[in-house]
Amino acid sequence: MSVAQPASAVSLVDPRSPRFGAAITSVVLIATLLLGPTWGSPLLVLQTLAFAAGSLLGLPFQPYGWVFRTWVRPRLGPPAELEDARPPRFAQTVGLVFALAGLAGAILTLPVLFYVAVGFALVAALLNAVFDFCLGCELYLLVARLRGTAPAPAQEGRAAS
Amino acid sequence: MTGLWIVLAAVGVAVAFGGYRYVTDGRAKRERPSRQRQLRADQLGADLGTGATLVQFSAPVCGPCRTTHRLLETLTADDPTVIHVDIDAETRLDLVSEFGITRTPTVLLLDRDGTVRHRIVGPARRPDVLDALGQVTGSAAA
Repeated sequence: MSVAQPASAVSLVDPRSPRFGAAITSVVLIATLLLGPTWGSPLLVLQTLAFAAGSLLGLPFQPYGWVFRTWVRPRLGPPAELEDARPPRFAQTVGLVFALAGLAGAILTLPVLFYVAVGFALVAALLNAVFDFCLGCELYLLVARLRGTAPAPAQEGRAAS
Repeated sequence: MTGLWIVLAAVGVAVAFGGYRYVTDGRAKRERPSRQRQLRADQLGADLGTGATLVQFSAPVCGPCRTTHRLLETLTADDPTVIHVDIDAETRLDLVSEFGITRTPTVLLLDRDGTVRHRIVGPARRPDVLDALGQVTGSAAA
């Protein structure tokens, strides 16, 4: 019996696509860090745009996903199964937040902010690429708990927000 | 130069953390007797199994929750005494805080009285679930 997972139509994604994207993201972020806040900024801008497209518009608009569908997937054949697009889209949102923080560090000449934010984004991208790590699993509940710290609802069911 | 150190640190953190999770995730850990709490049927909003109940906490942005859901459905399909309940954690933050759920998927294995006997954090592993179920249903009959 299932209480969660409403049966509404969810968009699906080839699970190899976000992982492929995370590998490209890792390479871009490594190059960004090696180049530093000044020379690395153009790369970080590109990566931020990629995150923004995936997060705000959806995974079909994520450029690395497009590369995967156009060039990689035809060589691999169809996936064993498709996955819900919400977890990888959430990961794009987390990446966007870190990338924006890194850009702010570059613009405001706060190198510490730049390095720390891009460093965290790189950790997340590497975990995703190497271990197929699920960022949403870690952060979603944490955020939900922070938002919903109201006393436990007296009624069974939806928590008051 | 700073960038190189940050890259090395990030790779180290990712490998250490990811490797740790890879080894420890999805194992059934016995709840220490002093920490064992009861989850009543009225709290849960669903009937408990007469043998055991698997209470899964999930989230919409959690991919492994689907895998765990399918595994637990398969394992409980041919045993009417064991029930699988999948909860959207965000709608039950009361249970989340009471039972110290930190991430999804987390599965609580309740015995027939509703006492939490095992806890599985991360995508559940089939042998671990079977082993824990055997312990709970076996001892519950005593």
